Amino acid sequence: MSILAHKNTKLLVQGITGNEGLFHSQQMFQYKTNIVAGVSPGKGGEWVLDGKIPVFDSVRSAVEMTGADASVIFVPARYCADAIYEAVDADIPLVVCITEGVPVQDMMRVKRFLAHKKTRIIGPNCPGILTPGETKIGIIPGNITFPGNVGVISRSGTLTYEVLYALKQADRGVSTCIGIGGDPIKGVGFVELLEMFEADAQTDQIVMIGEIGGNEEEAAAEYISRYVTKPVVAFIAGVTAPPGKRMGHAGAIIEGKEGTAQEKIKTLEASGIRVAQHPEQIPSLLA
Amino acid sequence: MKLQEYQSKQIFARYGIPIPKGRIAGTSSEVKLIAEELGGRVVVKSQVLVGGRGKAGGIRLAKTPEEAQEFATAILGMEIKGLPVRKVLVDEAVSITKEFYIGIVNDRVHQMPVLIASGAGGMDIEEVAQKNPEKIIRIHIDPLLGLCDFQMRNAAIGIDLPRGLWKSFIEVIKGLWKAYVDCDATLAEINPLVINSENHLVALDAKVIIDDNSLFRHSDLGDLRDMDSDEPAEIEARKFGVTFIKMNGNIGCMVNGAGLAMATMDILNLFGGEAANFLDIGGGATSEKVAASLKIILSDHKVKSIFINIFGGITRCDEVAKGILLASNDLKIKIPMVVRLIGTNQAEGQQILQNANFTSADTLAQAAQLAVSLAKGKKS
Repeated sequence: MSILAHKNTKLLVQGITGNEGLFHSQQMFQYKTNIVAGVSPGKGGEWVLDGKIPVFDSVRSAVEMTGADASVIFVPARYCADAIYEAVDADIPLVVCITEGVPVQDMMRVKRFLAHKKTRIIGPNCPGILTPGETKIGIIPGNITFPGNVGVISRSGTLTYEVLYALKQADRGVSTCIGIGGDPIKGVGFVELLEMFEADAQTDQIVMIGEIGGNEEEAAAEYISRYVTKPVVAFIAGVTAPPGKRMGHAGAIIEGKEGTAQEKIKTLEASGIRVAQHPEQIPSLLA
Repeated sequence: MKLQEYQSKQIFARYGIPIPKGRIAGTSSEVKLIAEELGGRVVVKSQVLVGGRGKAGGIRLAKTPEEAQEFATAILGMEIKGLPVRKVLVDEAVSITKEFYIGIVNDRVHQMPVLIASGAGGMDIEEVAQKNPEKIIRIHIDPLLGLCDFQMRNAAIGIDLPRGLWKSFIEVIKGLWKAYVDCDATLAEINPLVINSENHLVALDAKVIIDDNSLFRHSDLGDLRDMDSDEPAEIEARKFGVTFIKMNGNIGCMVNGAGLAMATMDILNLFGGEAANFLDIGGGATSEKVAASLKIILSDHKVKSIFINIFGGITRCDEVAKGILLASNDLKIKIPMVVRLIGTNQAEGQQILQNANFTSADTLAQAAQLAVSLAKGKKS
C-alpha cells in the first residue's frame, strides 16, 4: 500500500510534447510509471517516447481511449488553469500540477471550481508524487530513496530531495513522498495527507517539511494532536528569513507577524511533534 | 509588485472611482505650475513604496503654489526609510467630513478574495484590526460569482454609511473589484475613502499590489515596477531568472530551490555563521546562470566564504560545476568556496572540480560548518 499513487495508476501527461513534459515523461517512463497517454492540443495522433505513448488532442479523448486515472501537468503557467479545468471536466480523480508561476487568482478560481468535484489536485509549483519502487508522478529523482515505511509530505522541492537522501543514508525507506507545492493557494494540503497516511497500512511514521508563510503547519499541528497516532517529525525552513520578503516560493513570506518559522516550530512542539534543527537530523528523530 | 499611489489612482480612475484632481511631478517648478492650475490649495505627496510617508514629513498640505513649490523642494530631496523620493503627486486639497477604509485582498486561509471595510479610515488597518477588531467587517467573495450587490450593501451598512451615499459607494466597490480582477491584484485598497464637503465620495489614497506571477498577461503593468525598492543585485539577478535576496551575514550562498536555499541559510545560522544572501538558481540552471550568480554574490564585498549547495534533480551537477569553473577563472576568485554537489550527474560534476581548489563535503552539516569556519578566517 501507499497513498494516492501506486504501480497500477494509469498516468496521462498534459503538455507531453513540450521540453519539460517530454524530458520528465522519459524519466517517469524509466522509473516504470505506467504512462498511458499524453495530451497536446493540435498534436493528436502523434506518438512519443520511441512510439510507445500516444498523444491526444484532448484530455477527454485520452481518458476514453486509455482509462487514465491520474494526470500530471507540465503546461506553461498561462495555460495551467485551463489544463486543470480540462482534467477535472474529464473526471480524473488525481491531478498533479508541476508548473511554477500560476497566477494566484487563477488558483482561487480553480479551488472554487473544485469544491463540488471529485478531483484531487496536488500543486501547483510542486515536485509531485513518488511511491518508491512503484510509480513516480512528477520530477522527484527516483534514485534517492527506496520503498519503506516513512510517509513524507513537503511544501518544497529540492529540500524534499535532501530529506529523502538523508533518510536513505540512514537506511530509511519511504512509503509515499508528496510535494504539495510552494504556492499560497494550492490543492491538497498537509491535513488531508496526514489523514491518508494515518489510514495507510504501509506508513508507520510521517515526516512533514514546512516553511514560512501561511498557517498550514499550525493547522497540521492541531490535526496531529487530535487524530494522528503515528509519530510525526517536522522540519520548518526559514528560521533566518526576513519579514516581508518572498523567499523564492510565492507562498514563503512572513506577512506582518504571521507565518514565522519560530511560531510554527513552537506550535508543533507544543503539540508533541519533534522538530529537527536541520534536514539531516530528521532520521535520528524517527522512531 | 507594488504600485505607487499615483499609478494605483490612475488605474482606479479608469474603473470609475473618483479621485482628487492631480498630477505627478519630478521637479518643484512643475509642482508650482500644477498647484496654480488646481487653484492653490494642494497636497504634495512623496511617491515611495513604504508606509509612514506622512509621519516622515513626506506628505504636506500647501496653501499657495509658492508653498507647494517650497514643500516639493524639501520632499524631492528626501529619503524615506532609505528610499529616495524621485516624484511627488500634487493633488487638490479635499476637505474631509468622514473617512473610511475599503480594500480587497487575497485571503490565504480561506483561499478566496475578501472585501474589508471599516469606518476607521485613514489609520493603519492592521492596527485597527488588532485594537478594535469589531470596527472591521470582512466579506468573502466567491471568485467565480464575483461581488454581489447584497454584499456591497452589507459593507455600506457595516460602516454606517449614510443611505444617500449607498449608490455611489456601490459604484466605488464595483470599480475596485473590477480593477482587482483585471489587474490580477493581490491587494487593491483605498485608505482613506472620504466624504468631502460637497457630500461626495473621493479616494484620497490608493494602493495596488500586482501578483508577479500574472505579469505575462499584463505587459503594460510590468513597466511600472519601481527599481528603487529593490537592491541592484536583486534586479541584476532577476535578469538571469535567479532569485536573490540580500541578507546581513558574510557567507555567500548559491542553492537550487527556494526551500533548500532557506534551509541552507538556517543551517549556517545553527552553526554560528550568517548568510550574506538568499540565492535560488532555480531548476535546470545552465553554467552561464551559475557563473552570473557567483558574480552577483561577489558584488557584496562583505562575503568571506561561499557555500554552494546543489541537490541535482532537474539541475545537473556537471553543468553547475562548469559554471563554477567558468566564473572562478574569469573572476580570479580568492574567497574560499565550499562546494557540495549531490544528485543528477554528481560524479561528473565532482570530476570537473577535482583539480580545482575547492573544499567539498558530503553532508550538509559538514559543508555548513566548513563554510562557517572559513568565513571566520580559519584554514580548511
